[in-house]
Amino acid sequence: MSQTFPWFILFLPLGAAVLITLFTHERRELSARLSIAAVVVSFWLSVLLFTDPRAADPGLTLSVNWLNVGGLSVDFGLLLDRLSLLMLLVVTAVAGAIHIYSYEYMRSDRSFSAYFAALSFFTFAMLGVVLSDNFLQMFMFWELVGVSSYLLIGFWHDRPAAADAGKKAFLTNRVGDAGFLAGIILLWAMLGSVNFDFLAQKLAEDPRRLGAFSTVAGLLIFCGAMAKSAQVPLHVWLPDAMEGPTPVSALIHAATMVAAGVFMLCRVFFLFGATPQWPAGLTWLDGISALEVIAWIGGITALMAAVIAIQQNDIKRILAYSTLSQLGYMVMAVGLGGRTSAMYHLTTHAFFKSLLFLGAGAVIYRLHHEQDIWRMGALRHKMPLTFGTFLLATLALCGVPPLSGYFSKDALLGRAYEQNVPLFLLGLFTAALTTFYMFRLIFVAFLGRPRSPHIEEVREVPGVMVLPMLFLAVPAALLGFWAVNHYLAEQFSSIPPEPVPPWYEQVFAPFQHLPLVAFLGLGAIACGFFAAWGIYGKASKDPLPEKLGGLARAMRNRFYFDELYARIIAVTQELLADFADWFDRWILAGVGVRGAHGTTEFFARLLRLVQTGNLRTYAILFGAGVVILLYALLTR
Amino acid sequence: MIGLVHYLVVSALLFGLGVLGVLLQRNLLVTYMSLELMLNAANLALVAFSRFNRGLDGQVMVFFVITVAAAEVAVGLALIVALFRRKQTVGVDDLTDMKL
Amino acid sequence: MAARRAPPANCPAAQSLNLELMQEFLFYFFAILTLVFGLLVVASPSRRNPAASVFFLVLTLVCLAGLFVLLHAFFLAAVQIIVYAGAVMVLFLFVIMFLNVQQESHRPRTGTRMALSVLIAGAIVALLSRALGAASASPAFPQPAVEGGTGPLGTVLFTEYVLPFEVISVLILVAIIGVVCLGKKELK
Repeated sequence: MSQTFPWFILFLPLGAAVLITLFTHERRELSARLSIAAVVVSFWLSVLLFTDPRAADPGLTLSVNWLNVGGLSVDFGLLLDRLSLLMLLVVTAVAGAIHIYSYEYMRSDRSFSAYFAALSFFTFAMLGVVLSDNFLQMFMFWELVGVSSYLLIGFWHDRPAAADAGKKAFLTNRVGDAGFLAGIILLWAMLGSVNFDFLAQKLAEDPRRLGAFSTVAGLLIFCGAMAKSAQVPLHVWLPDAMEGPTPVSALIHAATMVAAGVFMLCRVFFLFGATPQWPAGLTWLDGISALEVIAWIGGITALMAAVIAIQQNDIKRILAYSTLSQLGYMVMAVGLGGRTSAMYHLTTHAFFKSLLFLGAGAVIYRLHHEQDIWRMGALRHKMPLTFGTFLLATLALCGVPPLSGYFSKDALLGRAYEQNVPLFLLGLFTAALTTFYMFRLIFVAFLGRPRSPHIEEVREVPGVMVLPMLFLAVPAALLGFWAVNHYLAEQFSSIPPEPVPPWYEQVFAPFQHLPLVAFLGLGAIACGFFAAWGIYGKASKDPLPEKLGGLARAMRNRFYFDELYARIIAVTQELLADFADWFDRWILAGVGVRGAHGTTEFFARLLRLVQTGNLRTYAILFGAGVVILLYALLTR
Repeated sequence: MIGLVHYLVVSALLFGLGVLGVLLQRNLLVTYMSLELMLNAANLALVAFSRFNRGLDGQVMVFFVITVAAAEVAVGLALIVALFRRKQTVGVDDLTDMKL
Repeated sequence: MAARRAPPANCPAAQSLNLELMQEFLFYFFAILTLVFGLLVVASPSRRNPAASVFFLVLTLVCLAGLFVLLHAFFLAAVQIIVYAGAVMVLFLFVIMFLNVQQESHRPRTGTRMALSVLIAGAIVALLSRALGAASASPAFPQPAVEGGTGPLGTVLFTEYVLPFEVISVLILVAIIGVVCLGKKELK
């Protein structure tokens, strides 16, 4: 069972995508059903695999030889351990729910079949990333994920904004992937393989093996994660990616793809255990480790995104910045060595964030693609189920006990508290901001009074859309009791974890373990909530811009990152273009083309003199040539 | 005692005569004969080597060379005839339009 | 050809000595004749008439056939005389007669061209001799010699070299067709 299931899980969505593209493109219903069926079966197989005790311990690698090029031998392998099994479950569960949700959400779209093909293709690519057992294969799927993300962001490609957003996402990811690829090549050059197990073993035997390149390799690999998981300074694509259909945002840009970076860091965490050995002149770099850089980038992303989220008015953009912020948390946790807490938060976040997006999607669906929260209001009575699940997910995101986010965020902050107090304080402040902007959203969009005449006509969304939301609400609420951290700790930590306590004790466990962190966490939530209540409880328009002035404007404009990049790119491009023009004009055309042409012509004219047309002259020249040849051959 | 080198020296000298003929002769037909001389010089060397190596391969080679030479002479002479028809000469110095 | 018939003698040593002397004499005889006739081909005394060159070429080929016999290549010697000295030379003569070329143009030979030609031919011979000079003494031929009679050569030709042999026949066919085409009057 565990031998064949992974292959089915991986290739079923691909099969659906191929079938739809090739055969059932004209038949909308059939295409959608095919796609949904494939993902649901994948989910079911994942559940079976997950519950099979032989699959996880001690892990399993299924591989077939893929290519041998020179010194590079790569297998196409599926790596099954607790990390990938958990991720499999998350990806297929969320993907399944969103496939079903899309069935209603996208019903009126012209390219219904193409949408499902792309969605299934994305699922395939994502599962490939999760199951890869070597860098090269992971990179391939990593790129496929990027491509399908591009296709789905720009799904409504007749809208210029969507097409541009797709391009932006793709190009920003190129920057990171270039680093990722360089890192892979570096590792292969230094250690001679791209296989995770092999590399881990090599580095475990001799942590100094990478020498001076240890930190460099770690940071290059992190570049890939930085782009995919949208960390500063490569975060700019994620908010724009909200131009895609909302279910896509829920699946790709909240739950799975953006988490791939964090997952990858956890997968290759062994790299960061290598000890750098700097050459004599660079010993001052000794104190800097790749992990520390990663932790700070994560922390800064978390804080900055939360600050920006406060002043966004587009419901999806608020959620996008929230995603950025939470991803920052996870990256920070990885940087602090807390793989378990990072993956824990990834898992819970996948559920409650995709639930939030689906809720937002439901609102947008009923409001005819109105996304401004200041034109919503009072949706609580019109869409009670949506509101209920949205509120639940918000509470989970804020970390209110006993919802899932509470456990994972506490584990994460606890890790920060133990490792790095400045980052812990930063995380705490971010937690307060998170609560603030999420309740700002709730107060403005769902409570209060109607701010637009359309609100009166709004009804609850149909069952096909509510069902996935209810399905996701269950893990979003209860996942904390299932003790993901204990499950993962079996793999990640050398210390055997304590037995899982009963659920009622689990709620209080954080208070016994690190009471200060738990209390401060609750305090931050309370601060955020009351601030939001005080400011937005009765507000009819946003009061913050007047109070904060320039800062609010900067927040609303996302700290001018896009403008900065646009300026930098424009200047660099102009310089490069000038240089290219000069190079083309003088070096290529001047020296290269005209030089080659001139030299050839000169010699041609010279040799033309030899061509007299006289047979005897030719014979003599030929004889002279023979003499020279003989001389060269016989007098060596 | 006559050995291999003796024959090879004769062969080399004959070859040199052939080259000289090709380079000097103004009559296309004689030039052609000089070519035959060079071929025969090579043949002599081949037969001498064959004798030295106690094998028949060299002689078979010579056999083929003679055959090819016969064919070549036939074609070459036909070319000369064709040329003569056009230019009414077999003088090498008259063939001055062999250029683009 | 005379070498094949060893004079009857009683003493084997004297017999072989005689044979050796005979062979040495015949080698120098044929070699010198070959070179002399070869020179005459190139520098024919009657400059106007190529037929003279053909005549000397025939003599050169016959002397070469003599050298072949000394090298125990009897079949080749026969072929040399029949095919080369016979058929091929007849072809030459035929063409000379056919074209009826007598007058060569009376352009003077230029000195530089002549000097260059001699230089090149000399250089080739010098280079070849230099390569031969690497072997200080002329290595003797192993005894007994492999007889290159019709039988052994035929066997080799029709077993080991049967494919090239057949290919050669095709080549000759092609040559025949080519010559027929070239010989047509209306060649443009």
